[in-house]
Amino acid sequence: MILDCLVTPFSNNAFMLNALLAGVLVSIACGIVGTFVVLRGLAFIGDALAHGVLPGVAIAMLLGLPGMLGAAVGALGMIFGIGFITRRSNLSSDTAIGLLFVGMLALGVAIVSRSHAFSGDLVRILFGEILGIRTSELVTQLAATLVIAALAVACHRPFLLLCFSPEQAEVSGFPPRRYHAIMLLMIALTVVVSFRTVGTLLVFGMLLAPAASAALFSRKIITMVLSASGIGAGSVYAGLLASYHFNIAAGAAITLSASVVFFLLLALRQLLPPLGAAR
Amino acid sequence: MTASVEARGLGVGYQGETVVADIGFTLEPGQLLALVGSNGSGKTTLLKTIAGLLPPTGGAIEVFGGKPLSRPAGVAYMGQFHPTSFMLPLRVHDVVSMARFARHGLFGRLSAADRRAVQEAMAVMGVEQLSHAPLNALSGGQRQRVFLAQAFARDADLILLDEPAANLDGAARGIYRRHLRALTETGRSVIIATHDIDEAAECDRTMLLAHRVVAYGVSAEILTQKAILSTFGMVGKYQEGGIVIVEREHAHDDCQDH
Repeated sequence: MILDCLVTPFSNNAFMLNALLAGVLVSIACGIVGTFVVLRGLAFIGDALAHGVLPGVAIAMLLGLPGMLGAAVGALGMIFGIGFITRRSNLSSDTAIGLLFVGMLALGVAIVSRSHAFSGDLVRILFGEILGIRTSELVTQLAATLVIAALAVACHRPFLLLCFSPEQAEVSGFPPRRYHAIMLLMIALTVVVSFRTVGTLLVFGMLLAPAASAALFSRKIITMVLSASGIGAGSVYAGLLASYHFNIAAGAAITLSASVVFFLLLALRQLLPPLGAAR
Repeated sequence: MTASVEARGLGVGYQGETVVADIGFTLEPGQLLALVGSNGSGKTTLLKTIAGLLPPTGGAIEVFGGKPLSRPAGVAYMGQFHPTSFMLPLRVHDVVSMARFARHGLFGRLSAADRRAVQEAMAVMGVEQLSHAPLNALSGGQRQRVFLAQAFARDADLILLDEPAANLDGAARGIYRRHLRALTETGRSVIIATHDIDEAAECDRTMLLAHRVVAYGVSAEILTQKAILSTFGMVGKYQEGGIVIVEREHAHDDCQDH
């Protein structure tokens, strides 16, 4: 009975198995990238990138191009836009991010609202369509996850130094601007390939919630990355089951599960003594 | 022999605005130089310029005969503020080990010599026992010792330290000062930024800064009452019951932190 409840939805339905595989791949990518987003305080830029891809996706759909291509152009536009505003004005980067965030989101909604043909697609862009994932999309997701993992392994020293102190990165021969840019491109790639599964709104939740949960008890960055990926994968499984049995939106159920895990772990940490107090 | 640092007509500052102009000095291998001044006098700005973290606003600076940052493994830098958030999951050993990354780039494996350098630096600063402790569980003084251990673990020919004695207790100050002297005896050069006159007096050379170079030379000759008055706007002398200000030249209320 319990086995039926936990396994059968995936063994009897190919679309559920595809959704689980896609979700696990998204979780691994988000676990890696989300760790650095949380440790470096890049949550706002992650949020802005997740929403800033909307006009790119909308324009691509209008032109009959792949939505992922539009998302990539939108994300790159956001990254260069933030850099341009920060350099050419005396505004802080969070102001630049906020301006582009609302501007791009409004542009996306405006484009979608002009075309009644795909106004229903707005919901799919924002909340994803994890139950409709095709095998070709799984392959794309796998390739992107491998690229993100390879970049994280190759750049783990400069990323560690950036988290600790950009000045230490610079004096150690790792230019902080270069590795910050690589980190932003990794966030963008994660958002772009994940919007089909959990949507542009909810990918931000998958970037933050599992990594924030892992940060509560991790003592090493590698532990945090692995824990965040595991928590994300567990949230995908729990969310898909909830979606199957209680007929609720899959993307929302996954992100909600990840958020619930965070609050449970936070409560648990209040009850336990701090890790390795050395004072 | 190539000088460790050579500055000629050097201007230092932020975003093109000069904080201190026309700085000239040569630091030979084995010398210990103190940059002394009040808050905002330009000592951190000068230290960052030598480290290559800020471009000069004028003049020229050479580190080991080349541009700053051209030999990352040869220069260690400890900044004044470490933006380590409370949640950064790093152990003491991880933080000190980062010092060796400059020698190996992205992919080079840390060797037995690297591990030995890390262990020795932790032992010198007395944080060996805290090796596996999370950084966020340490006191301010313990963290400062870890950051000093990180700078020493680089095994660099030039060591730049900004307010290195901050948060250290008397015993730790003694240990770190003896280690600085041991380093210079093996040919390493050290520059410290400090507002502590006693610390400067133990260095070979001192540069007094107050938005300009007030004086530069052998510490014992430079640290005169007149020069300290020009640097800090006040001069104190120890009496029974504490420091008494005996003169005041000018205030630094309009100074910004640099």
